[in-house]
Amino acid sequence: MRSRSLTKLLANPSALFGLALVCFFIAVAILAPILPLDGPAATDWGAIRKAPSAAHWLGTDDLGRDLLSRMVWGARASLMAGVVSVFIAVVVGVPFGLVAGYFGGWVDQIISRIVDALLSTPFLILAIALAAFLGPSLTNAMIAIGLSAMPVFVRLTRGQVLAVKTEDYVEGARAIGLGHGRILARYILPNVFAPILVQATLTVATAIIAEASLSFLGLGQQPPAPSWGSMLNTAKNFLDQAPWMALWPGIAIFLVVIGFNLLGDGLRDALDPREI
Amino acid sequence: MLRYIAKRFAVAIPTLVIVSIFVFSLQKMMPGDPAVIMAGEQRDPQVIAYLREKYHLNDPVPEQYAFWAGRAVRGDLGQSLRSDVPVLDLIGDKLPVTIQLAVMAMIIAFAIGIPAGIVSAVKKGTITDYVANFVALSGLSIPNFWLGIMLILLVSVHLGWLPASGYVPLTEAPLRSIETMLMPAFVLGTALAATLMRHTRSAMLGVLQADYVRTARAKGLGERVVILKHTFRNAVLPIVTLSALLFGELLAGAVLTEQIFTIPGFGKLIVDAVFNRDYPVVQGVVLCTAIGFILMNFFADILYVVLNPRMRESL
Repeated sequence: MRSRSLTKLLANPSALFGLALVCFFIAVAILAPILPLDGPAATDWGAIRKAPSAAHWLGTDDLGRDLLSRMVWGARASLMAGVVSVFIAVVVGVPFGLVAGYFGGWVDQIISRIVDALLSTPFLILAIALAAFLGPSLTNAMIAIGLSAMPVFVRLTRGQVLAVKTEDYVEGARAIGLGHGRILARYILPNVFAPILVQATLTVATAIIAEASLSFLGLGQQPPAPSWGSMLNTAKNFLDQAPWMALWPGIAIFLVVIGFNLLGDGLRDALDPREI
Repeated sequence: MLRYIAKRFAVAIPTLVIVSIFVFSLQKMMPGDPAVIMAGEQRDPQVIAYLREKYHLNDPVPEQYAFWAGRAVRGDLGQSLRSDVPVLDLIGDKLPVTIQLAVMAMIIAFAIGIPAGIVSAVKKGTITDYVANFVALSGLSIPNFWLGIMLILLVSVHLGWLPASGYVPLTEAPLRSIETMLMPAFVLGTALAATLMRHTRSAMLGVLQADYVRTARAKGLGERVVILKHTFRNAVLPIVTLSALLFGELLAGAVLTEQIFTIPGFGKLIVDAVFNRDYPVVQGVVLCTAIGFILMNFFADILYVVLNPRMRESL
């Protein structure tokens, strides 16, 4: 079944294109320290706001910093923010969803009402409020985004557990006297994993946009460290003098986000037997 | 029907209580003493002591919450630390601006998203469908603040067609107001159009396979009548529910859009409050947004039942 899903995924051209985009940006982020580029904070006062040229392929910014170098290092911040915040959301959200779905009753009622309450505040507004109260930094932005994305994983996992817990193999595990913890970890979690993986991939895309939005507002990555969102924040002040400053970070965010969205859609089609 | 409304309302109340606990506890997440932060740069011990007394900060946390929630229920969300204006008045001033932006964005989103979704479903598997899907996915993947910046660059800086920023109240000069809001509404509307398109397509595909659609075709009805009268009418229900959920997306999108186009609305209020460390305003905005979202969901659920005869009968 798993290899059939993988074959289906690899036969889907748009999912493959998404995977290629994601792998490209991951490679760029990992290789940043060894690429032959200037440091992202190195300033050249003789090359302020220079258009793309042979010396600076993507041009320079208002402090004469090489935009290619800042883009490459910015990829680290954006990808890390996307992956770490989704990791937080999954690690916190999935256990709550498992417990709510498996035990039901008042535990489910309490967890579900808390999730309803968190979902009633728009994702970005919740993240802005959390980032504002925690203080502006990339780490706090990741925590804020992770906690804001968490309720979706609780709800998704709970729904999946409700569907799985009446299956014969779970009843069987219960009949042979296995404890709740082992049933949840060995029999239920592996069977609800596929939709969580799909949701996690799609949420990385949302989290990358959220990090860029928070950094754009000044609540994420702090200067002089680069992130695509904070680069756009600076760029908006120089739109008529140096439009290239705004062009590259936006294109990069678009490409990496569409990459994760295509990959997520492809994974959903490959793992879901029902298709329209 | 009344029993259903009462049941839905009863579910909304605990959600509202939990939201209020969450908004209250935001203050507790703040590093440092809230009274010291509220006292400003001088940090006069007498001012700090007065603020502690005023906001019951010396009381146990549950009592602090009861005091805060009691005031919030009476419509008192505190004063802005910056301007000393009641938070609710500030929100009341800014909300009409954001509502105008949201309504214009919604009109644009419906005008693009629904026809695109219908065409994409009807022409499933054709090049039109692939292009529409790719455009929709791109709409979801473009950060709307970047789209805003690019449009300012193109439409305002290079072409000079529309103003890059500013706001004119609708009551003062309606045409000028619509002109200044057009670009921000387009930026906000395109992301929603993408979501609407995907849902309309999916709902239409589900209905297109129904027996009654096949019967309508077999009766010799024109394709236009089959699509619009028999298919779209039945596919519209999930879109109604979705519209309420999009309200939250609209408010979140408005935060960034208003920031880029310097529109003095609800979204700019929360961002300015964050930078001025005006915590009562941040709390007030989050609370009002959540209440608005809960109410929209409540009305959407009721509308869903009103519009769906099968649901009405099952009540």
